[in-house]
Amino acid sequence: MEIFVCVKRVPDTGENEIELDSGSNGIKRDDLVYSINEWDNYAVEEAIQIREKHGGSVTVVTVDNEEGDEVLRREMAMGADRGVLVMDKAFEGSDGRGIASILKAVVEKEHYDLVLTGVQADDGAAQIGGLLAAMLGWPYASIVNEIEILDEKKIRIHREVAGGNLEVYEVDLPCVLSVQTGINEPRYVPIRGVMKAAGLDVPVYGTADLGLSPESVGEAGATVKVKNYFVPEAGDRAEMLEGSTEEIIDKLIDLLKSKGGVR
Amino acid sequence: MALHIYSYILHNKGVIDDTAFEAISAAGVIDPDASITAVAAGSGLDLDAVCNQASKHYQEVWKIDSEALSYPDAEVIRRLLVRIIPKGDIVLIPHEHFGMDLAPGLSVMLDAAYLSDAVDFGGIGDGRLSAIRQEFNGQVNTQVECDISNGAVITIRPGSFKGDEGQCANGPIVDKTSEAMEGGIPAVGRRFLKFVEAEVGEIDITQSEVLVSVGRGIADEDNLEIAFDLAKVMGGDVSCSRPIVDAKWLEKERQVGNSGKTVKPKVYLALGISGAFQHLAGLKGNPFVVAVNKNPKAPIFQAADVGVIADILDFIPELTDKINEIKR
Amino acid sequence: METVLISPAKAAIFGIPSVIFSILIPLIGTLLFAYIILKRLTPLLKAAPDPRLDRLINRVFQLFKFAILQYRHLRYPVAGIIHILIFAGFVILSLRSVTLIMLGIFDGFTLPGLSGTIGNFYTVLKDITATVVLMACIAAMVRRGLFKPARYAVPSKYGKGHAGEALVVLMLISGLMLCDMAFEGSLAAAGVQEGLTTGTALPGTGSGLAAKLFNKLSLAQLQNIHLAAFFFHDLIFFFFLCFLPLGKHFHVITSLPNIFLMKLDKGKIKPVRWGVEEPEIVDLESFGIKKFGDFTWKHMLDFYSCADCGRCSDQCPANAVVRPLSPRFLSIKCRNELFQNYPLIGGTTQDESPLIGHIFEEDEIWSCTTCGACETECPLLIEYIDKIVDIRRGMVDEGMVPQSLQKPLHSLERRGNPYGKTPKRRIEWIKELPEENHVKIFQEEQTANTLYFVDSVTSYDDRIQEIARATARVLMAAGIDFGILGPAEKDSGHEVRRFGEEMLFLSLKNSNTEAIKNSGVKNIITSDPHAFNALKNDYTDIPPVEHTSQVIARKIKSGEIRLKGVENGDGIYTYHDSCYLGRHNGIYDAPRDVIDAIPGIKRVEMARCGDRAFCCGGGGLNLFYEPVEEKRMAQVRVEMAKEAGANIIVTACPFCMVHIEDGIKTSGLESEMQVIDLMELIDHSLITE
Repeated sequence: MEIFVCVKRVPDTGENEIELDSGSNGIKRDDLVYSINEWDNYAVEEAIQIREKHGGSVTVVTVDNEEGDEVLRREMAMGADRGVLVMDKAFEGSDGRGIASILKAVVEKEHYDLVLTGVQADDGAAQIGGLLAAMLGWPYASIVNEIEILDEKKIRIHREVAGGNLEVYEVDLPCVLSVQTGINEPRYVPIRGVMKAAGLDVPVYGTADLGLSPESVGEAGATVKVKNYFVPEAGDRAEMLEGSTEEIIDKLIDLLKSKGGVR
Repeated sequence: MALHIYSYILHNKGVIDDTAFEAISAAGVIDPDASITAVAAGSGLDLDAVCNQASKHYQEVWKIDSEALSYPDAEVIRRLLVRIIPKGDIVLIPHEHFGMDLAPGLSVMLDAAYLSDAVDFGGIGDGRLSAIRQEFNGQVNTQVECDISNGAVITIRPGSFKGDEGQCANGPIVDKTSEAMEGGIPAVGRRFLKFVEAEVGEIDITQSEVLVSVGRGIADEDNLEIAFDLAKVMGGDVSCSRPIVDAKWLEKERQVGNSGKTVKPKVYLALGISGAFQHLAGLKGNPFVVAVNKNPKAPIFQAADVGVIADILDFIPELTDKINEIKR
Repeated sequence: METVLISPAKAAIFGIPSVIFSILIPLIGTLLFAYIILKRLTPLLKAAPDPRLDRLINRVFQLFKFAILQYRHLRYPVAGIIHILIFAGFVILSLRSVTLIMLGIFDGFTLPGLSGTIGNFYTVLKDITATVVLMACIAAMVRRGLFKPARYAVPSKYGKGHAGEALVVLMLISGLMLCDMAFEGSLAAAGVQEGLTTGTALPGTGSGLAAKLFNKLSLAQLQNIHLAAFFFHDLIFFFFLCFLPLGKHFHVITSLPNIFLMKLDKGKIKPVRWGVEEPEIVDLESFGIKKFGDFTWKHMLDFYSCADCGRCSDQCPANAVVRPLSPRFLSIKCRNELFQNYPLIGGTTQDESPLIGHIFEEDEIWSCTTCGACETECPLLIEYIDKIVDIRRGMVDEGMVPQSLQKPLHSLERRGNPYGKTPKRRIEWIKELPEENHVKIFQEEQTANTLYFVDSVTSYDDRIQEIARATARVLMAAGIDFGILGPAEKDSGHEVRRFGEEMLFLSLKNSNTEAIKNSGVKNIITSDPHAFNALKNDYTDIPPVEHTSQVIARKIKSGEIRLKGVENGDGIYTYHDSCYLGRHNGIYDAPRDVIDAIPGIKRVEMARCGDRAFCCGGGGLNLFYEPVEEKRMAQVRVEMAKEAGANIIVTACPFCMVHIEDGIKTSGLESEMQVIDLMELIDHSLITE
């Protein structure tokens, strides 16, 4: 099974440290620490587990600048066979469709049976897998939390739907799946592994390697563009409800109604 | 020129989903003059019921009725929609598990822009639709511009828009089945096998929109009942902090936090939970947090949007009663 | 010496000169024994290196203390006394046994130096000793057979009980004693019958008793008893010798070398591989212990040496709260594995299967808090922490790390703390200090002689920041000019190392070492025993480090800190020892002295205190590990404090504070019990003009 995993480097937002940069209408990135998107890490682990069971190879691909190299090496330390950094000035500012079309060109360079992405990344768009599948003309399933390889042509997957329920599908290969967290328990990548992966070869593909025209990708080809960042209003400390219990409850119910807690 | 907006309708067992009405509001925000067509796929009486509900509020309802669609498979529906929805228009789809399966590919097949998970819209100018999205787990909002000159597929975050049921349209129901089915059910590389319902007792709090979460303040296993009562009237689920699981009062799968589940509800009631960082780590997606605790210094008040200093054992039953009263 | 019975050297059995047997039995026995030992040594010869021949004088001293004086045995008084008696008997009677064996070959044999008066004295001594040993054996048999102390029980998952082997050995020892008594008794009885006075059998001893018992027997019968006793002694002796290496009584042989080769450096962790230095270890083919052959030879010797006494597991807090770890069975399972892979007959099997999943489970290995209670208790100085850390290193290298630990480890790598917070927020705790308590930050070009190493939990945890502020105020009151590294400080990496992520530890260590050197300080103080142990025992080439309790104890003594009467008059205080102050670094008195310096304070000791203190749940990454357990360690500890009559637990470690506070809450004892850090207690009691 030749598996292609799309990964993204994202800022670690566990600690509420996203700050806006008023100057550039963006977010302050100097102080941020980046790592692989959590969903993508599950996808890589799943790919490695499939390879361990059924053979084949795992190729991890990211569209990024030089910084993406580190994420790829980490996933290679985890067990991916190859990393490909897709990097070109022309790719900057790509929207979801742009990224998907770049990835399509990378997928088509070689033969793959299975393409995995994470369900979503930092922008919460949950779009790359679906866009890529449609561009490739391959079947697609999103929010997959179990993959079972039936044979060289078919797999069986579980999709996670509302309320903890599952949908079970049989999917023909090749196909694209977006992988949900919790599908497996990703292995730890020891620092030693990362240090050892520093010496591995990571090819870089640009527009020329992929046969893409610069106008079709990047800012030029984007139909969706981010214009501005702003912080949703939120207080530092709770607004304390005071008064008699009855008054408090009335106020609280009003608030809950407006937030969808009481319908 | 007013836009034409299509809204794909979700439904279950003959009941239309709230998101169908939210889409009407969303469409109204995008373009108050837009004409809106609901598109519903399914089969038989259930579909008819859904179309009837939709027609009350939509100017037009398209239905695709086929036995083969009794359980909707996004891979099939996508191809059917491409056969009937003209290129260049706007399609709204709820951003949930079905929409996430359906929408991105639809945009590719319609050669339209794809805008995902919108929570609000600005106006349209110069062929560009301004929309609000959220990034980084809701920590940052972004204002994006989407070029809709070739149409767009837009997914709408459920709950972001008010369900607009007030508007009375009584639109006609147009049967689009034969047009959609021209050439038969499209062949797809994915076959639905079965639906597995979550086991009884096996609750998935990660999917809950309303969580009534209890901590040590509940004091005794027997008191859990008041939390379940409240969750019931609020249509939510009961979750908890680690000590409750440690005490084996509740199942591990209800635990929120570092070592438990990461939840992303809309509303989170932290009842008698002190708010250790290990617990708060499991709370994502910027929910509306209500903290009730008798200790005014409890750190949970730092993390909550609204705080009440009270003994939960007294407070919860009263709250439950009051909500019950209102609902009646 | 004139005797009336024919000695085994001259007698004949069924017409065959018995001397043939007297030679054959020891010869075959010794050869067999040598063969077994050789077989047992084979795996050790192939094992990982472990240099243990440094500091020889110190080693001789330790051997004397722990082996000869049986220093740790009295910690369990009943078993201890019995063991000491039997062991002393062994030492004394070894001479006699050799003599007896030689007597079968050379009539009238005496060991050089054991003739004449000394010989007579020895004869009396050994008669008494044999009697005492026999009685000790009977007591031990009664204890194991009838009373069955709980700590010997073998949970079903670890196989069958080991009482059988213990009883067999006790019977063998008793047999040896009885044979000697019969041998001597028959001789004495015959002597009395013949009117000789030279035969000695001290009345009241086993030999004397035997002589009395035998005095009605005919000479021929006595002759038979005499010879039978001799050969039974010979047979039992060599059977016993060859039986020892087959089970837990191998310790009779291995304990001396095991103690002599003991780990001398407490609180330290062994390097990944002895002889491989820091930059090169990245290139090691494998890291840590993954399969059996990765253990060092000394660690294998530990497995052989385990006497299965159960003291380690009896003291182990993980075992006490029913986590899936019992140090005793860690050794026993490994010994069984050794015996199985290197059988006495037949070829050895090169066991390449991974340890995890084969003889260990993942949770078993993560369950250890490295508190050191097991190592402090083991009479044979068996090491556990180094082994567990080495196994963890192997697990980390294979990516086998619980999900709950991956995020903090990742944050430690990226941000230098397990919480994922930015380095600049490391100084947030000083913001709440008033103007007059200005804390210097070395990064900002300020200088001082002393560094206060705060470490992560104390810098970032809201509750624990109080300890930092209390420490700052107390240090200032003591007139100590200090500063902090601020954002340049990273986690000390103490648990990072003990959880097996050696390379991450090294990067944290190197970063901190550089920051400390740049600060130009002359000494370091920390309020965190884990940081203290890391800086003292894991780091090299940095200024000397002290824990706040040591510094403050000294400042109180010198009068630089003066304390007012106790704030809470109703408080009954008890000090909860931190593992990394106490067991790992021997600091038991300083914190107690500091508490007792507060006028009017009432302090009680918990039953388990000092080097037997019960771990609260562990530091650093232990906060993130979610073990399978019946109860939290801290809950057990809070119970112990309550039982001691205390209502305020004094801790001297931020992690103890976190756990104990949690233990009080989860036990629902908020209204009865409190916890306070030593520095907070002193801060409240400072007299400031």
